[in-house]
Parts: sequence; C-alpha cells; structure tokens
Amino acid sequence: MGVKGSGNEKLVKHWPAVKKMSSADIPLLLVAMNKANDLGDNWARAAIFEILESSGKESLPKEEVVKFIKDQQNDGSSRRTAFDFLFSASPQVAESLIPTFIDDPEITLRREGVQLLLNQASELENEDQAIEAYEYALGKARDVDQIEAACESLKGLGKEIDLAKRMGFLTAWKVIGPFDNIARNGFNIPYSPEKAADPLQKRHAGKEGPVQWQTFSTSDDLGLLDLNQPFGHIKEVLCYAYAEFNSSEQQNVQFRIGSKNAWKLWINNQLIFARDEYHRGATRVDQFILDGTLQKGTNRILVKVCQNEQTESWTKQWEFCFRITDISGTTINPVN
Amino acid sequence: MGILLQNYRHKRDNHQPSQLIMRIHLLLTLIISIPYLSLADWRGFRGTDGNGLIIGQIPSDLSLNTDNSWKVDLPGRGLSSPIVVDELIFLTASSGPQEENLHIIAFNSLDGEKVWERIFRATGRTICHKKTCVAACTMVSDGKVVVAQFSSNDIFCLDLEGNLKWLRGLTFDYPNIANGLGMSSSPVLCKGVLIAQVENDADSFTFGLSLVNGTTLWKKERPKGANWTSPVVLKKGSQELVGLQSKEGLSFLKPNTGDTVWNYEDGASTIPSSTISSENVVLVPSNGLTALDEPSEGKTPKQKWRNNKLGPGTGSPAVSGNQVFVINRANVLTSASINTGEINWRLRIKGPVSGSPIVTDKLLFVFNEEGLCQVVNIEDKGEAKVIREIDLKDTILCTPAADEGSLFVRSDKNLWKLSN
Repeated sequence: MGVKGSGNEKLVKHWPAVKKMSSADIPLLLVAMNKANDLGDNWARAAIFEILESSGKESLPKEEVVKFIKDQQNDGSSRRTAFDFLFSASPQVAESLIPTFIDDPEITLRREGVQLLLNQASELENEDQAIEAYEYALGKARDVDQIEAACESLKGLGKEIDLAKRMGFLTAWKVIGPFDNIARNGFNIPYSPEKAADPLQKRHAGKEGPVQWQTFSTSDDLGLLDLNQPFGHIKEVLCYAYAEFNSSEQQNVQFRIGSKNAWKLWINNQLIFARDEYHRGATRVDQFILDGTLQKGTNRILVKVCQNEQTESWTKQWEFCFRITDISGTTINPVN
Repeated sequence: MGILLQNYRHKRDNHQPSQLIMRIHLLLTLIISIPYLSLADWRGFRGTDGNGLIIGQIPSDLSLNTDNSWKVDLPGRGLSSPIVVDELIFLTASSGPQEENLHIIAFNSLDGEKVWERIFRATGRTICHKKTCVAACTMVSDGKVVVAQFSSNDIFCLDLEGNLKWLRGLTFDYPNIANGLGMSSSPVLCKGVLIAQVENDADSFTFGLSLVNGTTLWKKERPKGANWTSPVVLKKGSQELVGLQSKEGLSFLKPNTGDTVWNYEDGASTIPSSTISSENVVLVPSNGLTALDEPSEGKTPKQKWRNNKLGPGTGSPAVSGNQVFVINRANVLTSASINTGEINWRLRIKGPVSGSPIVTDKLLFVFNEEGLCQVVNIEDKGEAKVIREIDLKDTILCTPAADEGSLFVRSDKNLWKLSN
C-alpha cells in the first residue's frame, strides 16, 4: 500500500485470495504486516477480521499467535494486532501475557503491563511496599498519563519525584527575541538565527533593534518553558530557543515537542517539522512525536516559537516543552 | 454474529423473481397499512439530502420501552451520527488510551444485534478537545458501500457486508492536515466522488476521491483556518454541485474536477453547516442566517434575505416545507419562512444543544447534551410547543438519524433505537 491511494486497486483485485484463506493463514498475514506501513497494516487487519468472521474467532491459531507476540523481532504494530485478536478470541490467554510486557519495546503492549503494575500497587496497604511498587511501575512507564499517575500516587505517599528529570525534558535553553510576527507572517520569514550554521555566534536584528541570546530555564514539572517570562506578555512576535544535546552515539530517536503556538524545529540545521497553528487546545506533553536522528557528540536544537495577535484570555500562552526519547518512548538524557 | 451475517447475505443474494414479486407485494401492503413507515434510508449527516428532513413520519409517542425499541453497548466514544441503509445501522466509534482504535460497526436495525465490526488503527493524529473525539464525522453511503472518515483523517470504504474496498490515510500523505481540537467534517458523495473536507490552520485542503478506488481525483487548497462544517450537495436535475463552507463564505464546485463555479464571499460560520431546501434555496450560517437563490455556474450569488436573529449555535439548520429551523446559543428554537426570512415563532427549549434538529412536516426532534429528546409540534405555523420528552440520561452530542418510524441516536457508551 503506497501513498495517496496507490495500491488500493491492486489489493482489491487480490482480495478474493483472502476469501480463500483460513485461520491457519493468519500468522502469515501477521508476518506480512512486519513489512507493511501503517496503511498496509490496516488492510491486513481487515483481512484477519474477514477470515475470523467466516471461520469463527475460536479458530484463531492461539499457540502460533502467542509465539508471534512473544517474539520481539516482529514489528510492534503487528504484535499489538495479534494481541488484540487473541484478546478477542481468548481473553484469559491474552491476559496471561500482560505481566511479560513491562519491558516491551512496543509501547502499547508495555502500557498493558504497566497498568497491571499500577493496579497492583494501588491495592497494597503497606506504605513502604506501595512506594516500592509505584517506583517500579514508574521506572517501566512510558506513557505520560501513566507516569503522572505513578508520580501522583507517590506524592500522596510522601515521596516527591523530579518528573521533569525523569521524563528527560530539556529545561535549560538560550532564547533570543522578539522578532516580528505581524499578521502571523513571521512564521515563514527566515530570520537570521535559523539561517546561521551556528546561531549563537552571530549578531541578530530583532523587532525593535539588535537582540541578544539570554539563558532561560524552567523548574516546571513537565518542562514547560513560558516565553512570556523572558520577553513579557507581547503579541505578534516570535523567538528562537537553542540548546545543545550531547549524544553518546548516532541513534534513531523521537523528538517530542508540545506547544499551542506555531513552531518550527531544526536539529543540526535540518528542519524536522513545522506547525502553523495557534491556540487550538492546550499545550500537551508529547503533542507531536517526530522521528529523527541524533549524531554522535554535540547536536544543535533550534526551536522557533510564534505568538499571534489574538487577545482572548486563552491565547496568552507562548510556550513549549521538549524532550528526546528512543523509539520505544524511553527517555534519552544527554551525556556530560 | 456469523449466523446473523449469513442470514443478511442470504436475504440480499436470494431474490428469485417469484420471491421478488411477493416481497414487492408485501412491501406495498406495508406501506399502505403502516402510517409511519418510510423506506428512505438515512445515508449521511442530517439524512440522505443533508438537510435534516425526514421522509415519512415519526410518531410522537416514541419510547425507550416498546418491543421495537432497543439499546446496545458501544465499544468506544463517538459524536458521529448513525446512518441507515436497508436493514443496517452503521456507526463509528473510537477507543484506546489515545483513541487510536477506529471502529466501524454494522447493527441490525430490527433488534440492534451487531452484524459485523471492523477495527482499524489511526494513522493520523488523534489529539482532540475532551468534548469531542476521533469518531466525530458521520459516515456516508450510496446504498452499496459505506465510507467512514475519522478525526485522524483516516478514511475507509467498505461494502455493506464489511469487505474493505479501499482506505486512505490523508495525514499519512499530508502530515500537517490536523486540528489541535479535532476534525469533525462529515464527508458527502456526489456523482461517484467522495468529498472529504479536511480544513485547518496549517495545510488546509478538500479532496475529491474516487469512490471506486480511493485515488485522489482532485485536491483543492482551501482557506487556512479551523473548519468543522460539512459539505452540502446541490441537486439540479441530473447535475450535482458540492458546496464547501469556510470562514470566507460558501463555494460550489464541480464534483468531478473541483472547479469552483459559484462563490459567495461574505463570510460564514466554521461550526454549523449550510442547508439546502427542497426548492434549492441555500441557507448559509452567515451574518445570522443568509438565504441565497439557487446557485448556478458563472452566476453571482443572489441574496434572497438575511436575518441576523437566525444565527445557529452549534447545530445546523433543518428545513421542512417553507420553514427553516435554527437553535441559537441561548437554546431558542426559531422557525422562519424560507421565502422571506420572517420569524414564525420562537420556543425556548432545554439546552445546551450540540446536535442538529431533524424534522418531519409535523414534528421536530432534538436531543440536548443531557440526553433529553424534545419532540416539538410544528404543525401550527404561528406557535410551537414541546409535546413530549424522553430522557436517555446520558450525554448526547450527535444528530439523530431517522428511518421507518424510528429514531437512532448514540452516546459514548450506547446506541438507541426509539420506536413506538
């Protein structure tokens, strides 16, 4: 299945072959999903639904499906699909796998294991045991809501957690601004910081004259950088934030940014993504998850954050948060 | 489930000539003998014609507790309306921690039994405002296939038996078509083209997709800005045009090319959608409500009337005969003349209301957010009153569907059929 609808016709043409398949062929379809993109995965799901509908969901070859789920060499998405069909056909067998998911690279399976840990922790009456259980769950959790739930429970038990550090938010930045963003045009204007190979080494002209880099950090639990603090509550402006991240090796990562303002993100001078939208809902942790690469050594992170002209009380925020994880959601911290 | 599906297939495939004659005879007998029976289906948002008008009658004594009424559980959240094709009710839902599971479900309209279900994974963004969710767009059907669109901009076309015909992941192809609050525009079908309006602040497009295989026939750049309205279809004999509303106004396009042939540029709402009367008067939520004469290729839009007291709130206007009905933000239901814009009557109803009203020539039905169905008698052109209330005791944000004397409505947890 390709982009923009290509592949649909071919798949429909070969659909009669699916009609001839039996439940015994489901593991083959799951293996095929390992090579498919997200759209191809949905075609495979449709095929499995059809097979089970005609032969009955109890015909699912459970042993082979369990084996497929346990093999972490298989793609996470196809393992999750296998788990969902197994759960539908045989909930008890599926549930018996959940404790094995707590270190799973597939984040949606890991979530099932972590939820079990959180549920177990909530049932412990002994405070020390509960703290130990929540700390264990917190160490395994990758989804924001589960991390927050574990921290909240620990807080209730008198144990404070440095959430920002644990989640790997970058809290110390250099910022420069304001630059002009009248009529939201600044989003597409390449001001000098985004044109310079090393933006810190260059003088820059801002909205009202020359501007300088200044250090800015946050102590917010979720690493939120409130840009109204260094620049004041001003409208129709933008600024740049810069940080360096030392990586121990070249690695594939996810850049996770949250902002209710328009923004652009560059890593090592390469534009990763740009989002031209203002104040449609609140800033959320991991609002945008972007695949990318860190090079070994120093990596330059540049974020452009824009504020628009709206004056309603819910448009005051000018902010973002940022962290880096591996592809399974595990925090990556910079090396010293 | 398997047995039911088999029965359904059998019913569809086994139409021998003699049986067909018997069926037609039976059908005619039923039409004559049951006053509330209609055979119109309800094939999209606000009905097959997208104007909230119910073909046939719905009884005023609807109830949750009759033999013909039922209530079934749903596997996930949703604001989308049910649609009705033949004996099947189709509905979408979304579930999972990130609402990444996209459900398309077919129910038997007689007893609410699930006939089939398909669960796909979202390939686009699933973040939404907490009041809405990923299953916000209402499905559409031509009677042979059904098409489901989700806030993640995933689109699936299946036949009535659940066989996947094609799929698209529009955010997969264009990563910036998303709205931080969620998308909700319901697609329409027009001359074999699926019109999917995916308009937002960043990459703002409307797509014309082949209903045969989902390929892009055209992609049109649209005004940048969050837009939750749904397209409307204008039918003039054999010709059909599709209307796209935005903050800038309303444009009518040729469905096969996307070429604009008529353009109203005096601004319009980005939440309630336009409605087209049976006489092809276009009622646009613009400066209150603006009525425009039937659009024609190359013609300048001609205003019939404008009434700033008829601005709809969240729900879209409905029409019946010469009346247009709007519910404003203060929960006042107003009837006005489609010909003149003069107000016939105003009635305060119990709100707040998110869904759109639907009407016969005698009754108007609207559900408020607290789950209260209010049945309004509209026969008297000078005065209206609520003649019945049915409390579903659940949050209802969708527009109901109607078919064969019954209403169908859903919450995040349940789907109901209300009959007498």
